[in-house]
Amino acid sequence: MTAVSAPSAPQTTSDPPQRRRRFSPTPYLLLLPAIAVLLLALGYPLVWQFVTSMQKFGLAQQFGKPPEFIGLANYTRLFTDPQTWAVVARSIVFCLVNAAITVVIGVGVALLMNAVGTVTRLTLQIAMLLAWAMPVVASMTVWIWVFDWRRGIVNWGLTQLGLDFTNHNWLEQPLSFYFVATVIVVWMSVPFVAFSVFAGLTQISEEVMEAAALDGAGPRQRFFSIIVPMIRPVLMIVALLQVIWDLRVFTQIKMLQDAGAPIAETDLLGTYIYRLGVGSSDFAMASALSIFVLLLTVALSFFYVLHLMKEDQ
Amino acid sequence: MSTAAATATAPVAANRHRVRPARMVATVVAWILAIGWAFPVYWMLNSSLLSNTALTSSTPHFLPLGGSLDNFAAIFRGGTFGPALGMSVAITLTTVVFCLLFAFAAALAISRFRFKGRTSFVLAVLFIQMLPAEGLFIAQYKLMSSLNLLNSVIGVSILYIAAVVPFTVWMLRGFVAGVPIELEEAAMVDGLSRTQAFFRITFPLLAPGLVASGVYAFLQAWNEFTVALVILQAQEYQTLPLWLRTFVQASATRETDWGQVMAASTLVAVPVIIFFLIVQGRLTSGLVAGSVKG
Repeated sequence: MTAVSAPSAPQTTSDPPQRRRRFSPTPYLLLLPAIAVLLLALGYPLVWQFVTSMQKFGLAQQFGKPPEFIGLANYTRLFTDPQTWAVVARSIVFCLVNAAITVVIGVGVALLMNAVGTVTRLTLQIAMLLAWAMPVVASMTVWIWVFDWRRGIVNWGLTQLGLDFTNHNWLEQPLSFYFVATVIVVWMSVPFVAFSVFAGLTQISEEVMEAAALDGAGPRQRFFSIIVPMIRPVLMIVALLQVIWDLRVFTQIKMLQDAGAPIAETDLLGTYIYRLGVGSSDFAMASALSIFVLLLTVALSFFYVLHLMKEDQ
Repeated sequence: MSTAAATATAPVAANRHRVRPARMVATVVAWILAIGWAFPVYWMLNSSLLSNTALTSSTPHFLPLGGSLDNFAAIFRGGTFGPALGMSVAITLTTVVFCLLFAFAAALAISRFRFKGRTSFVLAVLFIQMLPAEGLFIAQYKLMSSLNLLNSVIGVSILYIAAVVPFTVWMLRGFVAGVPIELEEAAMVDGLSRTQAFFRITFPLLAPGLVASGVYAFLQAWNEFTVALVILQAQEYQTLPLWLRTFVQASATRETDWGQVMAASTLVAVPVIIFFLIVQGRLTSGLVAGSVKG
């Protein structure tokens, strides 16, 4: 479940008015339900996970033996395992490649929206909205059907172009598996980037652009000297959010694996934790890896939170 | 799914000084992209209307000519759609209602009161909303298993509420803060109590914010896959996304009737798409209202 806050998220007034100096229990009572549910559903699991990651939690513990404290041994085991590093490396590469492609195409689409006539722009926006509105799982089934090895439209199209793709299984090889995953993730993520950047572009005044054109700035110069600096804040935040989200892709990878891909060679962080925890009940290792993912996310989110707080001032 | 980013639909005056050919190229590229992005959605609808014979023929049918609603009928006859829909509706409703209540109260606290721990709470909320489900779901599974809440509406709903509340608090506080406190104070001068002033003056102005947040919570709960996969492992407690997944799983091992799978996808997706498109405008105006600096 992903919370999204676009750069244009609601901004607010400055500090709330200082109404009462004396202590009032009202705000604490108002916060109580939210805090209670957060503590139960996130706080407790977080603590449990942290403790478990430092315990021996194997099959014997499954049958009631109390777990013993072993310090950082799980982490040592986890990070001396080449399989872990393979998964981490794959996740990072996948995440950076996807985020980069998404941002580049997203900015391109936003520039197009800005450059074309009303009818074309609306068509493009509706197409983007459709892709954005699709539930992830529904998108996955469609894409799996589009890339189906027997009768997928992609294999048919490529074969029509003279390449022999009859019965080509896209999910069999890790590289082509990741290619398909990238196509899907980019397709899903571009609309958010495109609309955010387009919102930023509409803030640039026509006069500035015209003045630059009169002064002899070519399209390339106008893009790099005016447009890029002006949409930079939006761009940074959108890129950061893409990196954070693409690091945790789970549904897409899981569903593609379900459709018949080799699992061990295609696992990314999310699916690997799932396999450790749900598949082999190795809760200690799953917890250690989860803590690693959480720390990574918090570190990456730091700048985003900083930005939101600053915008809030 | 972001609600905030879709604010931009205002047309920008087309640059009339640009050379024509460049604009022609841009238009053509834009149309190609539009077709590319809409294609999977079209392909889902198209395939859902075609018979298995049409779908397995050597040339694809690009138009649903001679199509029928047989695939949908087959899905309804299958008997598993109803229970999954029931689960999804129950979980989504529970999540939306409680999420709005909790988040609204919290948003009031942080935007109308100044108290010790306020900044820490806001910071915590912002960090929590970034935590990935994949980093917690194993521990959440253990929690629900020890509470005996696996395979239940309540168990999943608690996890969903916690996942959605942080961002909803953040979103709603923008709206609450957007209503100037002076309005309330003026009403209090006119003799209303603080509570009365709040419910008569401020609350009605917050309706767009509540709608926007409710839609956000709805979309999150309706589409959620990861947590549901871990908590709702029994087949009879599947939500719609998990139900849809079973078709994909089946396709790995046996010949699949993709027409039926696409009909199933359509049933899950179309309500969401329609809802998303309808509230798009209202979401936008709500967000704009929330972002007016006081």
